[in-house]
Formats: sequence, structure tokens, C-alpha cells
Amino acid sequence: MVAPLQRDIVPSARPASVEKAIEVLDRLPVGSVVLTKVETLLNWSRAASLWPLGFGLACCAIEMMAAFAGRFDLDRMGVIPRATPRQADLMIVAGRCTIKMAPITRRLWEQMPEPKYVISMGSCATCGGPFYHDNYSILKGIDQIIPVDVYIPGCPPRPEALIEGILKLQEKIKAGPFLRRDAAVKA
Amino acid sequence: MALRTEELMLNMGPQHPSTHGVLRLLITLDGENIVDARPYIGYLHSSVEKMMEQRTYLQNVALADRGLDYLTALANEEAYLLAVERLGGIEVPPRARWIRTLMLELQRISSHLVWLGTWGNDLGATTVFLYCFRERERLLDLFEQATGGRLHYVYFRPGGVSQDLPAGWTDRVLAFCDEFPGHLQEYSDLLTGNPIFLARVHGVGVLPKDAAIGMGACGPVARASGVGFDVRKAFPYEAYGEVEFDVPTQDAGDCFARYLVRMEEMRQSVRIVRQAIERLPDGEVRSKVPVAVKLPRGETYTRTESPRGDLGVYLVSEGADRPYRLKVRAPSFANLYALSEMMRGWKVADVIAILGTADIVLSDVDR
Repeated sequence: MVAPLQRDIVPSARPASVEKAIEVLDRLPVGSVVLTKVETLLNWSRAASLWPLGFGLACCAIEMMAAFAGRFDLDRMGVIPRATPRQADLMIVAGRCTIKMAPITRRLWEQMPEPKYVISMGSCATCGGPFYHDNYSILKGIDQIIPVDVYIPGCPPRPEALIEGILKLQEKIKAGPFLRRDAAVKA
Repeated sequence: MALRTEELMLNMGPQHPSTHGVLRLLITLDGENIVDARPYIGYLHSSVEKMMEQRTYLQNVALADRGLDYLTALANEEAYLLAVERLGGIEVPPRARWIRTLMLELQRISSHLVWLGTWGNDLGATTVFLYCFRERERLLDLFEQATGGRLHYVYFRPGGVSQDLPAGWTDRVLAFCDEFPGHLQEYSDLLTGNPIFLARVHGVGVLPKDAAIGMGACGPVARASGVGFDVRKAFPYEAYGEVEFDVPTQDAGDCFARYLVRMEEMRQSVRIVRQAIERLPDGEVRSKVPVAVKLPRGETYTRTESPRGDLGVYLVSEGADRPYRLKVRAPSFANLYALSEMMRGWKVADVIAILGTADIVLSDVDR
């Protein structure tokens, strides 16, 4: 049994054309129907099930783990870590990336299927960090090797900051065009 | 006719969900049996020892937090500051010494909780991970109230600690101490009562006593192999000489023994925390030390017992306001040596269980 369409919310404010549309929809076999654009629907489903690669580099990864655990529970946003890049569509670069680790990070990003997103978590991944700006072994920002969608400041950022970053990424996905590659070519 | 076989090289890492960081293991397999396991390190080398030569003694406290083992920031601060204070002859007030002891033991519990949770997660016991992080969050709240930080604290300073404990804080710690042994029993019920867990860890990854000594293993790894050595007992620092606690040891040297040793260490830490709160003296928490403190020419080596083992700092001063050379003897690095010894002869499926009990933090290995 499928619930009938809710038609009594604002009965007086509805134009005649909408009334007619509702009559047509009511006769459809499934009963209730939601009308939307394909783009909005796909973006909504993408934003609501971001699967990050379980990939930690340094201290920020511990806060990322805390965000996945019971108290902050990123599962609420549909964020579930995956063990392989082939199943992931989000890379959270958590921690300082050394020059030795940079090619491997790049390869992991390349192994992820499109559409893919990158969150740079913490100061080290964003710009080389508050401390590692003058040394020889740390990459001064992960955006030198892979494109970044959202930067999260902090050393390390609190789990709340990571959640905020993921919400910002969801906003970006929902507002963006459906086909990332085509949009990039046009722009 | 004999089947022609050859050895297989299996590369594990640097990205692997169970290496907890960026460790790369090159495993040589004969069928399912491990012939050799060689760690390749350096993927998290942050040149922190070199950077410490360019920053003042006070600034380096923040580097010790991050550059070494990031799960035990306070233990790193302690090891570094012991060297600074010994070389400079800086007095630490009694209250600060007891606060440091208290904080170090809370840090040991929080570090072991991360170890137990992630190890349980690797072995398929996700519940343990969630339970451990639940208690760890309570500890982090306590740290945050006292120091302002969740992971990196910069709480210990040359000559004491940065600020006194907030009002009512010790009561909250005591409340945690009251219920924590019950939680430990909970984890124990989840794991030791689980036949799958026991089959994966009991008798697996044995490190004999002579090998543990020969490979320089330290901390819980060595104590699980029957080496009853603990820096807190052998070379007491801060208030460890005045508190009562036992050093748990096991003779089996397998994964299960290492698990038992760490579980018992958490109980002993609760015991030390209780004594520290009971005997916490009044008074100053920081002696007068100039911000740009200069140490006299000389060198010193201090050792402490971090949650992973024997953490030593060798400090050379040329009379300036920053170290001439600072070398860290990292416990994870020493235990990584013993890892090949633990793994040789076991099955490829045991790699994760053995690697987990070695409890290696790559930031500590590579520095």
C-alpha cells in the first residue's frame, strides 16, 4: 500500500495547472511521485554517500579516525571509509605528505574513479604546515600534486572541523554541474 | 615428480588499511609461509631533528609533540624537556612533577586505547574500536580541559607545566578511574572470550627472550617476551620513584602476551593516576625560566618510558638558545627491527595480527 499524494497542505494557494498535474500523477501506479531534474537527483545521491579512501598520513588521521568512531559518527553523513581507491570517491589527505610519499599519493588519486573529490585536512596537507615550512622533506601543500576541493585549517583540525569540511563539500557537489569533466572543458 | 615452486615477493603498503600509517613491508613468501619480512621506511620523514636545531628550546616543545610519536605527545615533551632541564640544571617544582606523572599515565591509557581499538578493527572486532574510542574521547575531554588541546598539547614547559589544573578536574579524573577498570573488563570479555580472536593471536608471532634482547626491542614488546625492564623502575624520573606500581611481564612472547601486557599496563596506569591525585602537593607549577633559555655547553642523554617503550633524547648544546644537535632514540624504530623476527615462519594471514601488536607509529620511526 502506497500513501496517496499529500494534497491538503495549502489547498487554496494551488494554481489550476498544478491541480491538473496532481490528478494525472494520482492515477500513476506507484501513487506518489517526486519531480526533479536528473542533475539534482544525481548530485544529491553523490553528496549523500561520499566514500573516502581509508588513507592516513600522520596526526590528522587520528582525528579522522575519531570522527569515524562513535562520538562524531561520520556515518550520519553517509561517509564510510573504503580500503581501496577503486571503491572510493573522496580522498581525505590527513597529515603531512613527504616528497617520498607524494608520487604514491598521486597514484592513489589516479586510481580513484571519476567523479572524485579531495579534502585537504590540516595545515600540513594544505600548505606544509605551521612547522614544516622550512624543511627539506615535506611537500608544501598537497595541491601541488592533486586538485583540492576543500581545505580544512587546524593542527590537527577537530573532528567537528572535518565534519564541517564534508558538509561544505556536499554543498559544492549539490551546486555543481552533473558532468564534471564537460564543465571543466567549457570553463 | 616434485612440483616446481618459487618464492613470491609481496609488497604491502605504503597505503594499506592495517599499517596505520605509511609503512611499506616487502614480504617474501614460500606458498603461504613468510620467509622474510623487510620494512621499508622513510615515507613520513619530517626531518624534525634537523628542524629542532633551528628553533629555540621553548619552540621545540611543539615540534616534539608533532614530529615524534603523535599518539603520545606528552611523553615526547617529557623526554625532550628532561634533557633540557638536566643540561640546564632547571628545577621543576614538586607539584609540576606530580602533574606531569599524572598526565603521562593518562596519555599511556589513551595511547593504548588507540592501539587496542585499531588492532581489534584489523582483526575484525569493530565493536572494540568503537568502545575504545568512546573511553578515549572522555580522556581527550580531560586533556582539553587541562591543556586546551586534544592531540597536541604543548603543556609541559621548561621548568614545569604551562598552567595549573582547572578546578574540579581531579574529581573528574577520579570518576574516570572509577569506571575505567569496568570498561577494561568489557574489552577483555569482547576479545578474550572470542574463539576467533584467540585462534588468530594465541601462540602467533613469538619473539623469544634472547631475540627480544638481541634486536633491541623495548617497552611492552620486550616485556611480553619476559624482559622485565621498565625505565620508570630502572631509572625513575619525575615522581615515578615515589609511586607504587607493578611492571607486568609475560613469558610467552606471542601476540596474546603482548595484548595481555598492554591491558595490564592500563590497569597499572589507573593505579598511578590515583596515587598522583592523592599525593598532589600544593605550590607553584612552573619555576622561573627565561623564554629564550640558554643552556650551558655540554651534552646529555635522558631516557623515559613512553607507551611504546624506551624513548631517549640525546642533546648537545653549544651554549646557544637552541640545540646544537638533538637525536631521538625512538621505541617504534627499535621494535620495527624485531618485527622481521616476529613474522618469520608464520602465515601471510598472521601479518596483520603481528604488525598490530608491535604497535608501531611511523612518525616515531621516521621522525
